[in-house]
Amino acid sequence: MLISYNWLKEYVNVEISPSELADKITKSGIEVEMVESLNKGISGVVVGYVEECIQHPNADKLRVCKVDVGQGEVSQIVCGAPNVAQGQKVAVAVPGAVLPGNFKIKKAKLRGEESHGMICSLTELGVDTKLVPKEYATGIFVMPSDAEPGSDALEYLNLNDHVLELGLTPNRADCLNVIGVANEVAAILEQEVRLPNTSIKTTQEKAEDLISVQIESLEDNPYYGAMVIRDVKIGPSPLWMQNRLMASGIRPINNIVDITNYVLLEYGQPLHAFDYNRLGSKEIVIRRATEGEHIQTLDDQDRKLKETHLVITNGKDPIAVAGVMGGATSEVQSDTTNVLLEAAYFTSGRVRAASKDLGLRSEASSRYEKGIDRNRVYAAAMRAASLMAELAGGKVAEGIVEAGKREVNTYSVKMDVSRMNNLLGTEITSEQTASIFKRLGFGYKESDGQFEVNVPSRRPDITIEADLIEEVGRIYGYDRIPTTYLLSEARPGGLTMNQAQRRNIRTYLEGAGLYQAVTYALTTPAKSTHFSFSDEKVYPISVAHPMSEERSTLRMSLLPQLLEVLQYNRNRSMEDLAIYEMGSVFINRQEVLTDLPEEYVFVSGAVTGVFNEHLWQGERKTVDFYVLKGILEGLMGELNLSERITYEAGEIENMHPGRTAIVKLDGISVGFVGQLHPALQKELDVKDTYVFELNATSLLEKETDQMVYQTLPRYPSITRDIALVVDQELPAGDLTTVIQAAGGELLKEVNLFDLYEGEKMEEGKKSLAFSLKYFDPERTLTDEEVVTAHNRVLKSLEERFGAQLRK
Amino acid sequence: MKDRLEALKVEAIGQIKEAHDLKDLQAVKVAYLGKKGPITEVLKGMGKLSAEERPVIGAYANEVRDSIQQELDKKQSELENAAIAEKLSKETIDVSLPGRPVKKGNPHPLTAVVTEIEDLFLSMGFTIAEGPEVETDYYNFEALNLPKGHPARDMQDSFFITEDILLRTQTSPVQARTMEKHEGEGPVKIISPGKVYRRDNDDATHSHQFMQIEGLVVDQNVRLSDLKGVLETFAKKMFGEDRKIRLRPSFFPFTEPSVEMDISCFKCSGKGCSICKQTGWIEILGAGMVHPNVLEMAGFDSKKYTGFAFGMGPERIAMLKYGIDDIRHFYANDIRFLKQFKNA
Repeated sequence: MLISYNWLKEYVNVEISPSELADKITKSGIEVEMVESLNKGISGVVVGYVEECIQHPNADKLRVCKVDVGQGEVSQIVCGAPNVAQGQKVAVAVPGAVLPGNFKIKKAKLRGEESHGMICSLTELGVDTKLVPKEYATGIFVMPSDAEPGSDALEYLNLNDHVLELGLTPNRADCLNVIGVANEVAAILEQEVRLPNTSIKTTQEKAEDLISVQIESLEDNPYYGAMVIRDVKIGPSPLWMQNRLMASGIRPINNIVDITNYVLLEYGQPLHAFDYNRLGSKEIVIRRATEGEHIQTLDDQDRKLKETHLVITNGKDPIAVAGVMGGATSEVQSDTTNVLLEAAYFTSGRVRAASKDLGLRSEASSRYEKGIDRNRVYAAAMRAASLMAELAGGKVAEGIVEAGKREVNTYSVKMDVSRMNNLLGTEITSEQTASIFKRLGFGYKESDGQFEVNVPSRRPDITIEADLIEEVGRIYGYDRIPTTYLLSEARPGGLTMNQAQRRNIRTYLEGAGLYQAVTYALTTPAKSTHFSFSDEKVYPISVAHPMSEERSTLRMSLLPQLLEVLQYNRNRSMEDLAIYEMGSVFINRQEVLTDLPEEYVFVSGAVTGVFNEHLWQGERKTVDFYVLKGILEGLMGELNLSERITYEAGEIENMHPGRTAIVKLDGISVGFVGQLHPALQKELDVKDTYVFELNATSLLEKETDQMVYQTLPRYPSITRDIALVVDQELPAGDLTTVIQAAGGELLKEVNLFDLYEGEKMEEGKKSLAFSLKYFDPERTLTDEEVVTAHNRVLKSLEERFGAQLRK
Repeated sequence: MKDRLEALKVEAIGQIKEAHDLKDLQAVKVAYLGKKGPITEVLKGMGKLSAEERPVIGAYANEVRDSIQQELDKKQSELENAAIAEKLSKETIDVSLPGRPVKKGNPHPLTAVVTEIEDLFLSMGFTIAEGPEVETDYYNFEALNLPKGHPARDMQDSFFITEDILLRTQTSPVQARTMEKHEGEGPVKIISPGKVYRRDNDDATHSHQFMQIEGLVVDQNVRLSDLKGVLETFAKKMFGEDRKIRLRPSFFPFTEPSVEMDISCFKCSGKGCSICKQTGWIEILGAGMVHPNVLEMAGFDSKKYTGFAFGMGPERIAMLKYGIDDIRHFYANDIRFLKQFKNA
């Protein structure tokens, strides 16, 4: 909402500068987003009188003017505007003047003729071209004939004004008009509001003899008032009105339309002027449109209406879409003489429906949508009619023809001063409270700190005690509210075990060299199912109105997005990357989503290209399966789950079938680790890429054993190394498992330390070497005991796998 | 005989000095002090001497032997030191060569900011509450005093999945869920960080997915002045001890009174600059006293309990704190961007 500072001052005394005022308004509740000076750096522009205007001898498009610029000085000015003419009062930038953009005016010679200054258009004076009245859009602006040559043109054009741009929250629709803002400013500055004069001299003729009004849909249109103004003379509105409209962002059109817009800005009441003679009947009927009904609106567009739209009709055809736009047939034109003025209350839902469907948003429709003051409709009608009489020579027929109820009863809300002080932490007295309500213009009754406040109809946002407390608080001033600390008992805050563990996982992975990424949860329908390792049937979850296909479906895996990150970086020549993400995935097992889907926190990583590098020492190791497996093993140690995790060869869509392991916790799969399928790598144009994905929710919901200290060994351990020859496809993990089982109590550690598959081996065989460490914390082991255990190991290996000791 | 000893001493010391390595030196030692060496020979011939001469020559011979031994020791340690020095000099490396890099990643800047804020509120006795990102209409809107038909919950602004299920547009549903769990019993003192979603086109200042941190305190006698106290502590810890805060009245459907909090600009300290758009103040968060309807809907007696809530955007805070100019950087995950937050 744009508010002219000068206009505002007509209703309330303001003795502080626009920026001081803006600061006070902001502090008490309505954010002033900007204070704009209408003077965009102009000086030296005066009113001039064009005494003579002749064709330039050497240029078709130029005129040479003799202009009286005050104090008896007549200057010759060359002017290119097509509309310049003798007898006009114009704005002249005299030599030495400055125009917006620091454009300095100097004496000049134009095609051989001297020019002492420049006659200005409004655009040249910094007015937005969109707001300049059409007749002056391509030429200079012609000022009223009573303007005094030599006087400051900015005063006439109201360009010394400032405009406050208000950022209104939805509850403060009451400030979508100048009087509303005046009420607010009056409360802040402790001033009175002066309302405009709405008295009218009416003629003998009765409006009800000229028009009838009937509402068929009272729930959409609780009140409709019509007035008739005869014998108006269409012409430009006075300059002061045009200036105010332009300052508020509205282009002046003609006196009748300008008056409806002016009262809209002043009272917040949308009004419409019909050409009475072109109504096509003497009746107004308000009803719902029929499905498919047509109307040609003011902008000459043919509009197809729906049953949810409300229309004003002449008893037969629609002549306006209620609250949105008038029809072309009954538009006020230059030959209009009799005007039907509409002042009505349409409900916000009805106006919103039509404005949305027709794609038409106007100053009027947006006010109806946000809610107008029902009890101000009549006053606004009176104000507009009186202005039509005053400024357009109209004769107002007696009375307003009405349907529905003109006003609604106001209500009261109770407020207790001690409850207010408890909520705000203040010590505001009843007297102070009373004075604030007075400043706000709220009627009240008070006894013993109990207020009963009569809420004015312009403030429908106030319905409960807390609303009144806020009103008192904000006018009292939030900067005067003390700073205190909670009275409640102090309890320790802290992370839950699960939250702490999630932090540990992040810290660990970062320590292992991975950078954290945060990606979008919405992806394409196709990508949403990639890398799924769920056994059950799952259904993708798509949003009803996506912004794009790219962001339409919730992810079930973090990997598709992490791969996008790899691609993004690859395209910027960053080919070696190690990243991870921790975030939610969404699993839906319902064919039709009726309950919330399952949400799991996943932690996933992707490593591509070189992982370890120390250039001058010639170390440059690209990532392989065991780098990622090592990271996961470390992570499981961190989570105290090492003993319960197994890695089993498995297949996952989009993963390398021979280089992928399913990660299982207590035998149940919780994720996987492996290489991307080479086909996918090629498609993404990335180097060899290894990824992992873990369901952190599942990992963290398992109870883990409380950590217990192990006595440090006081007796020596005995280590035996064995090299075994086994079938090439036999997993080393199987051997380890058997060794551990067969070794019994005394075998404390098994470490694989060599793998050999070279030419010295028999075809189809490989050699694996293990180091076995035996000890007993309680005593020194005898050789026999170790030999017994060790032989047991060797025997089991031979029985299970035919493993032979390598000779 | 004494002269012979003297001559031996000079000769031995001379040879010691000329020894080039430990082997030479050993040879000298054996030659002069060995069992078959000249000094031993001299001592063996002592029997021929007179009784007066014998102790004198004996003492002198010992003296000579000791001096040779001393010289030997001295030379030995010299040679040993030289050998060590030579070995060390051969071992010298170029310490200016770069070290072996240790692999280390770091948190995403949003996580860094969220963690910092979490820790701050944890230290003030808050706990962290979490909730689903796919929410019901009830918790996302209705329980927060946004009944059906309210303009703020337009289909256009939210990612609905079905009529009743949507991607949460705010973290406030966690408030409603947490209060419900408390079954009308205070105190509640939580923050809830998380991802939220709105139907926005992604540009420099908008993102269809972003983060929020919401805070909620419900208890008997919770006042707006307490909210001011908590927010002031937050602002000073997060943006510097000399920050001032300012509460401005505002509007949110789930709080009444509602406020917005500005902090004095940390760049210009209130003089006016491009960061604070010349106002001296930077808008940081929205807050207010929990609306009685919200309390009642969650099962709290609004006559007995009051509360405050606040909500802020980690993206905005990170952008302000680190001077980031485009919100899309957070979600593009350009590694050159991510790596900058080593010390965040």
